[in-house]
Formats: sequence, structure tokens, C-alpha cells
Amino acid sequence: MQPFKSVRHLAPLIVFAALAALLVWGLGQDPRELPSPLIGKPVPVFTLPTLEDPSRMMSDADLRGKVSLVNVWASWCSSCRAEHQALMALSALRDFQIVGLNWKDKADDARRVLAMTGNPYDLNGYDPDNRVGIHWGVYGAPETFVVDRQGIIRLKHIGPIDRGVWQDKLEPLVAELRADG
Amino acid sequence: MVPELGHFALILALLLAIVQAVFPLAGSLSGNRPWMVMARPLAFGQLTMLGIAFAALVQAFVTSDFSVLYVTQHSNTVLPDIYKVSAVWGGHEGSLLLWVLFMAGWGAAVAVFSRNLPLAVLARVISVQGMIAIGFLLFMLTTSNPFERMFPVPQEGRDLNPLLQDPGLAIHPPMLYMGYVGFSVAFAFAVAALIGGRLDAAWARWSRPWTTLSWVFLTIGIMLGSWWAYYELGWGGWWFWDPVENASLMPWLVGTALIHSLAVTEKRAAFKSWTVLLAICAFSLSLLGTFLVRSGVLTSVHAFATDPSRGLFILLFLCVVVGGSLALYAWRAPEVSDGGRFHFVSRETSLLANNLLFVAFTVLVLFGTLAPLIYEAFGWGKISVGFPWFNKMFLALAPFLALVLGLGPALRWKRDQPMRLVRGLWWALALSILVLALSYLPAFSGGHVWVPVGLALAAWLTLAHIAVVRERLRNKGGLTKRGPALLADLRGGGRSFYGMVVAHLGVAVLVVGITLVSNLQQEEDVRMSPGDSHEIAGYRFEFLGVDPVPGPNYMAQRGHFKVYRGERQIDELYPEKRAYLGGGMPMTEAAIDPGLFRDIYVSLGEPVGDQGDWALRLYYKPFVRWIWLGAILMALGGVLAVSDRRYRIARAPARQPVRQPVQGPATDVTAAA
Repeated sequence: MQPFKSVRHLAPLIVFAALAALLVWGLGQDPRELPSPLIGKPVPVFTLPTLEDPSRMMSDADLRGKVSLVNVWASWCSSCRAEHQALMALSALRDFQIVGLNWKDKADDARRVLAMTGNPYDLNGYDPDNRVGIHWGVYGAPETFVVDRQGIIRLKHIGPIDRGVWQDKLEPLVAELRADG
Repeated sequence: MVPELGHFALILALLLAIVQAVFPLAGSLSGNRPWMVMARPLAFGQLTMLGIAFAALVQAFVTSDFSVLYVTQHSNTVLPDIYKVSAVWGGHEGSLLLWVLFMAGWGAAVAVFSRNLPLAVLARVISVQGMIAIGFLLFMLTTSNPFERMFPVPQEGRDLNPLLQDPGLAIHPPMLYMGYVGFSVAFAFAVAALIGGRLDAAWARWSRPWTTLSWVFLTIGIMLGSWWAYYELGWGGWWFWDPVENASLMPWLVGTALIHSLAVTEKRAAFKSWTVLLAICAFSLSLLGTFLVRSGVLTSVHAFATDPSRGLFILLFLCVVVGGSLALYAWRAPEVSDGGRFHFVSRETSLLANNLLFVAFTVLVLFGTLAPLIYEAFGWGKISVGFPWFNKMFLALAPFLALVLGLGPALRWKRDQPMRLVRGLWWALALSILVLALSYLPAFSGGHVWVPVGLALAAWLTLAHIAVVRERLRNKGGLTKRGPALLADLRGGGRSFYGMVVAHLGVAVLVVGITLVSNLQQEEDVRMSPGDSHEIAGYRFEFLGVDPVPGPNYMAQRGHFKVYRGERQIDELYPEKRAYLGGGMPMTEAAIDPGLFRDIYVSLGEPVGDQGDWALRLYYKPFVRWIWLGAILMALGGVLAVSDRRYRIARAPARQPVRQPVQGPATDVTAAA
């Protein structure tokens, strides 16, 4: 057995070891935090039943004319609960709308959460199968998009919004978009 | 009571699997014949136990036994019976049970049909399958038991995901799993050969029909998935490069490479260690797919309910199976000679190119699928690799593949004369270039560069294969009696050759479909009032309105369209939007007027305003059927190849074992690649 030959035959094992290491590492991670190619683009065309009343529909048209925070959330997502208080506080400021995208969730669970902890959303689209989320490039909950009056996505924030995120990242942009007229 | 029986059968299956993994293998190493003889009955016993477990679960679903947690989660009483059965594999636990059941099925099939296999080889193959079964059964019993009871018993179950309540999707997972698991046979043969240190033409010959058959199942499974996505998701797309789709595509790509590489190993005893590596990779990628779908490492539209403990288990299992087999490979493969030498202009070279292209494509798909993980792990920032990247990579490789594919079957083994090739194929090349020039005209291509390229490649594939068939018939019986010669050939040993031709023509059909639908389709989103008409691609759609219609377990809004071509009405279409009683969001059922040369496709969007207006999607999809038709031809080719007499002789129980392939000069030139 020549050493060179056996090294060659070891290569697949080495490649696999690297792959396995990557997957082990990946198990401990959340597949999120990806830059959105949608920044500066109009929001994807969609229609969804609203969470509150499945017979009523909402669509991308609801995101035009007002500055919107589009918040992707789900009842099973603990970071969303953490974020909930911040959203409740924001919903008291009436100068933009907060639109929820209830994502990969069960309607009953989601409604229960809102009934118990308050509903910061002006509107909630119900997207249990990620059909709309996939066009928004949603990788996990929570994610928040800032959409201007023309329906252009201006910013994507991944992870929960807290006081710091709001003050440093979102508030300046929202203020600027409102000022733009 | 019955669910407990099922649970008990699962435990027995695990115990049998342990015996199966240990004794036949130990027997084959120590020469203990009684231990080796245990292999066959053990394989049958395994199948019996898993059959009982599966039947128990089906019974729980059909009788709506909601004391079983898994049944409650995936079924309810108003679900139509057929979907009660398909709901068995609608979730994680049940689909896993189907997986192991199929694996036991393949194992038993090997035990039945491989009478001519040396006992030691059979014992090792069955043992390796037993080892894999241990892993999966442990996984089920510890983290994903489908027979878990729940108290108090609920009155009604939830519902099967409405997406899955569809005939196409009811049979898509079983086909896919048959393919995935089928590669475990090729894997077991490869590992058995590595253990025994016997990697020869006979090994390749035994593996070939099994590999081809699993590949056929996988092809059909992927095709059904694509077809389902097309008509059910309402987007009109047929491939999305979703991680789960990629997970099924990767084993298919490597499996395709393996089929071709096995041909070289059987005919020319070359590429031996490479073939073994491919066999290991094909099954490893099947396992990797299982891991990706069920671990939550990547998110996907199709992902099962995920759970980190499950992910960890599958990953450990993956490491043991793949790591173990690759270590065995690193240890044993250096002793394998590289086998027959070949000249640059030879069929071996073309098959080598085929293999390299398929493997390169697999690596790209693997990279694209894992790229978000890789980038994050190395701190290179975050990326998402989407549709455009995959399409670009596919377009970069596919044309070369098509070129080689036309050339390969015309080449002779070992060494060929370039001039002979030119004499045989010049007219095919000339006609293809003519097709290229003609379809470049704006009237045909609509200004898209890929249209002439795709069509010319498809023409090249088709014509080159016609040339090859002509040459074979000339050698067999002369071109004057072409029909009888063809029939005789099909009855004789020619099926694997014609199987190859059919499969390759399937590729040509697929290329036409992909090219035309990607470049020339038209789609429009329109708002229409009842009575409105809208024209797209020469078809006029008249919208007559939307009415509520009840279904067995849903309420539908059904639209009514008349489609005209000129003044003639060609079809009436009824797209639906369904609200299932089990809850959840409404489902779109697109209405399609199918045709060999074009599909007309209408899907309902949402009602707009209160005058009965609707937002609608209208599509014109030229040649989209050719994509699935091509896949069906490929699968058909595979079936034809497996039915070749050579394998039947090899499998007939009473005959003498055929250890070495007969290498007559005629078959040597033209037999299947």
C-alpha cells in the first residue's frame, strides 16, 4: 500500500468530517440573520386571510399609503414574546401601522396569545405554510421589515426588537419616512 | 390494543435487526455457515415485523383511533378514507416507519432474488442493512414513536395538512422513500464488497439492477413532487431549489453517476474504487436529506416538525454510517487495482466526463443548500443562495452534459477512432446546427438565446441516439428488416441498450420542456369582473363568476371560465379556493387545461371589492408537460434496462451462478451505459 494512494482514499472521509462538523455546529444555530435582497424593492405581491377573521383578506395594497412595520411572528416563538412588550409600547404611538405576519403558526394559538397579552397589530396576515413568508425571504421569527408609504421595503431587522434596536435602528428611519411626506 | 401490538412489533424488529447485523456478518468472516444461512429468514422476519407495525398504524388511522397521539395530530373523522391512509406518512413518525418498512422490503427482495449470490456476500449485504435498520428503529423508539398514546382521548383529531390532501402527494413520499432506501442496497453491496475485499465485475453486476430500480423510484418520486408543486401551490412553478427538493435531487444526481459508473465497472472492470465511493455517497446523501428535512438546521416549506434531539440523533447516526463506511473505504480501497486502461477517445472517457459533471453538480447543489450555514460558520457574513444562483450553475453545466450524452453511446469501449465517430455522427451534428440556426430566428426564439441552444442540444441528443440505434440494427440484421431486427433485439439481450436509449431520449424531452417553458411562458395577474374577457398568448379567457361549492371536508369557492382560441371554445375551467373544515388557510386548486404542447393555467387569487370581482392568475405554459414526460421516459428506460434478460438469467434460482459477464464483441460495443 503506497502512502500517497491511501491519502487519496482518505479524502472523502476528511471532507465528510468537515461537513459533519459544520452540521453539528449548525444544530446549535438558528438559520437566520441573512441580509435581505428585498431592500429597496417593492413588497412582494400577496394576499392572505387575516388572523382575526379568516374570511377577510389583506394584501400588499394594505401596506401602501402608510409607513408600516411588518413583523413576522408566531405563538411558538419565545423571542416574539420577548418582543411583544416593545410592540405594545410602539402600538401606542399612532403614527405608523404595525402589520403582523403570523408565520407557520396555528390560528387558535396565535389568537390566544393576542387575547392574553394584548394585540399590538393593526392587521395580521395568517401564513401557516410560509407561502407568503417565502417571498419575503423570511428565515425565522421574529423578523421585522420597515415599509415606506410607497410600499418599498427599506429595512429588515432579524431578531426581537427591544428598546435599543428601536431607538438606534428603527425610530430614525421611521421618523425620516414619515417626514418624507 | 392494536397500537401496542404495533409498538411491540417495532421492538421485535429492532431485536431482529441486531441479530441480523451481527450473526450473518460474523458468520461470513469466520466461515460459520449456519450463521450465514440465518440472513434470509432474518430479512423476512424483519419485513414481517415492520409490516405488522405498519398495518397497526394504518388500522389506527382508518378507525380514527384518537388515543394515538400521532393519529390525532394528522387525521380526523371527516377526512376521506384514501387520505386517512396517506395521512399515515403525512408526519415525521409515520414517514419514518414507511422508510424502515421499505428498507426491510428491499432487504427481503435481495434475499429472494439473489439466489445466485455467494452466501457470504448475501450474508454481509443483509447484515449491513440490519445495521442501518438498528439506527432507524432506535431513532423511532427513542424519539419518534408513532404509537404513543394520549389521555384523555380527544373527540376529534386535527387535520391532515390540506397541502397533503392530494393524490399526487399521497404517492409522492412513498416513491421518494423507495428510491432513497433503495440506495441502501447499493450501499450494502458496496460495504459488503469492501469488507470482503472483492471488488470485481461480478459485484458491479449484482448491484446494477438494484441501483437502477431505486433510481427509477427516485426519478418518479421527484417528478411527482415537481408536478404536485406545479398544480397545487398555484405559483405555476415546477422546481424551487428548496432545501428539501435539493435533498432529493442530490442522491438522484449521484445515483445517476453511479448507474453509469457501475456500467464501466461491470464491462471494463475500471473505476472500481470510484464506483464504490459513489455507492456510499448516494446513500449518504439520502441520509443527509433525511437529516436536513427533520433537524431544523435549514428552514424549508416542506420541513417536518423539527426537534433538536431528533436532529442530534440523526446526525450521530449519519456520522456512524457515513463516517464508518468512508473509513472502511479509506482502509480497503487502496488495495483495489484500478482495472482496465483506456484510450482518450473511448466510451470510458465519456462516462468519466458524465461522472465528473454529475458529481460537480451535486457538489454545487450541496454547497448552495448549505451555503447559509457555511458562511455563518466562518463568519463571512450572511448570504442566502436563491433561485438565480442555482439556475446559473445548472445552465453552466447542463449543456456540456448534453454534449457528452450524445457522444457517449456512439463511442466504443477502450479505444475508438475519431474518424469513425465523425462518419457516424456528422449528419446528426449538421442537423443540430441547422436546428440551432432556425430556432435562432426571432419568430421561434422570441429573442431568448437559450431557446436555440436548448433545442439544438435536444436535437443533438435525439439524432445521435438514432444514429447509434441504426448502427446497432445494421450490425444485428441489416437495415432492410429494421422492424423484425428491433423486436428480436428487444426479446434478446438488447433491453438494457434500449432502456438507455429511452432514458436518454427522456433527457432530450426534458431539455425541450425546460428550455421552452422557462423562456417562453407568459403569466399575468389580472382583476376581472364576471363577464369580462382577457386574452393571453392567443387564448381568450371569459370569466363567468365564482360560486360556493361544498366538498367532503371543505367549502370551495369555485370559479368558472370559458377558454376560447379564436372563436372556438376549447375548454371550461373551474379553479377553486378551498377552506378546510379542520381550519387553516384556504388552499388554491389551480384549473389546468393540459396539452402536449402547452398548458393553460388559471388560479384564483382573492375577491376584490363587493361586485364579484376577483384577482386572478392566468398562465400560458408552453411544453411544460415535457418536463415530466421526460422524467417518465427516463424512469421507463430504467425499467426496460432492469428487465434485461442478463439480469433475469442471473436471478433465475435454478441456473448456475453467472460470475463474469459474457463479453461478446457485439454487446461490448453497444450494451447499455
